[in-house]
Amino acid sequence: MFKGKRPRELSADAAVSVVDVSKSYRGAGGQETPVLRDIDLDIRRGEFFSLLGPSGCGKTTLLRLLAGFEQPDAGRVVIGGRDMTGVPAHRRPVNTVFQSYALFPHLSVADNVAFGLKQKGVRGTELRQKVERAIETVQIGAFGNRRPDQLSGGQRQRVALARAIVNEPEVLLLDEPLSALDLKLRKQLQVELSNLQEELGMTFVFVTHDQEEALVMSDRIAVMNGGRIEQLGRAEDLYERPRTAFVANFLGSSNLLTGQVAEVQGTEAVIQTEFGPLRTVHGAGLSVGQSVTLSIRPEKLRMERDDETEGNEVRARVDDIVYTGAENQYLLEAHGQRLVAFQLNTDIGADEDFDYDEEVALYLPPASLVVLEEGP
Amino acid sequence: MKRFPLPILPTTLWLLAFLVVPSAIMFGYSLLTRTDLAQVGLPWTLENWGRVFGYDALFQEWVPDNLRVLWRSLLVAAGTTLLCVLMGYPLAFFIARQDERRKNLLLLLLIIPFWTNFLIRVYAWILILRPFDLVPSLTATFLGMVYALVPFFVLPVYSSVEKVDWRLLEAAQDLGASPVRAFLTGVFPQTLPGLVAGVLLTFIPALGMFVVSDILGGAKTALIGNLIQNQFGQAGDWPYGSALSFLLMGVVLLGLWAYAKSAGQKGLEELI
Repeated sequence: MFKGKRPRELSADAAVSVVDVSKSYRGAGGQETPVLRDIDLDIRRGEFFSLLGPSGCGKTTLLRLLAGFEQPDAGRVVIGGRDMTGVPAHRRPVNTVFQSYALFPHLSVADNVAFGLKQKGVRGTELRQKVERAIETVQIGAFGNRRPDQLSGGQRQRVALARAIVNEPEVLLLDEPLSALDLKLRKQLQVELSNLQEELGMTFVFVTHDQEEALVMSDRIAVMNGGRIEQLGRAEDLYERPRTAFVANFLGSSNLLTGQVAEVQGTEAVIQTEFGPLRTVHGAGLSVGQSVTLSIRPEKLRMERDDETEGNEVRARVDDIVYTGAENQYLLEAHGQRLVAFQLNTDIGADEDFDYDEEVALYLPPASLVVLEEGP
Repeated sequence: MKRFPLPILPTTLWLLAFLVVPSAIMFGYSLLTRTDLAQVGLPWTLENWGRVFGYDALFQEWVPDNLRVLWRSLLVAAGTTLLCVLMGYPLAFFIARQDERRKNLLLLLLIIPFWTNFLIRVYAWILILRPFDLVPSLTATFLGMVYALVPFFVLPVYSSVEKVDWRLLEAAQDLGASPVRAFLTGVFPQTLPGLVAGVLLTFIPALGMFVVSDILGGAKTALIGNLIQNQFGQAGDWPYGSALSFLLMGVVLLGLWAYAKSAGQKGLEELI
């Protein structure tokens, strides 16, 4: 964790730089509740960037700071190389797709989409062409004359999107735009939205509490918790190498094991846990005797029947089996602790399915045992 | 045959007994003759209607004094409504944006005057305005009318401001609209139903109001309401008073019809 204010160079290819931003809200009792603490990040030009976290983590506040609906207590927001401190929302080169869509109910779809351009003084043929193109882009060409209350949720979402992208903002801000839609439509729009972002080459900042959504769509993700950024990186990095227990459990699920470092050799280390010694290849920088927490994804555990020990094995008993279609989720008990293992359902009913109360050997691959920075 | 919807039977009977039947009787009166003070009798005549529009008994001379009074009443009602809008519209926003406790307090303050008899409150205005030498005058009438009607404007507007989706204001700003423009696009249309209801609740009573102009306005600034009241009181000419009442009712209905026509079906729904 970085502490203290350090002046930093603003990255030249950043569409958005958030520099040491803090923000508190004054509660009913007069006490200050911090919502954002020392947020510092760069969002690259043309990337699909997600702010991911549970409700109350500050992700929406951060988005509202970028939009200009809120002002930071400390720090700066730089968009397109220009300091946005004190610049009101209507003068910022960003547009927002709101969670509730916030379409103007008394205006037609076309008039909603045209609104932003009209504010900039675009008129006549140019206005009509741009509006038409935006409406075509989001595939609601047939609904231009309708009013928002005559559209379905998915169609309204498309109008909200068209209304924002038609202005060609430097950054498009999306505040959980898919959360009100049913699962199937949401999945479909996730794909469309990613494709659209690539086509337009526009910088997207996407707020979501849905980890899967963030993984599917984003180039990079900032996982937020308690007003801080827990970890920032590519989807694969966050999933494969979570740095904190929070990230390990918020993105997918994880088994957390605690222990002491017994041996360090280069990047390899042996951790003495309650399940016995476990080897990991992510041990660089550890020192012997240190307490650490290991994280391993449920699908990386290998369940085996044979008794041959090759190291990194734990004896466990099948406690419960949850059938989810594509995979079986085994809840296992080992040394009084609960572990979870996912096994792909390659062949239903075949021998490889395990039974209730069956004793199994769990193999924990050293490459999949990640050392967390802090305990659970 | 379609069955009569039973739940609205009480309302129907009420309206029949106290609106439809009395109105029919009044209309009948307007076609009869004043036989003595406050007495009505045959023969049937159109004379009262002629007098309403300013003709003498033989329809030969035309002195449109009544129409002048009506015109003045319309102007006073319109002026009153305008003042109520200017004062009440911002007030409704102010109240709606307070926290729950202060909101209730302010609404209570708005309603408290109703606990005192209206007549007494209008007399109180004499005491307030006399030092400024304003009683009787048209200014005093205006002041009294605005005072009387502002709550009726504020309450419906308040209830639609309460329901305003403020995210639309942010959406408009986000799309580059200046604060004023953002208000006009994002918020104002949402308050329109309340505004229309408030205007009607102000304008219509203002048009028929006679107490305020009687007490604060004096004889020179008589309004249509005073004229009608006089026929049923001192003058005792019920047929003429009935005809005048129907003139006023006609003007109001004409106005409502024009509004409904211009706003279309949806406007009418919002209005009701």
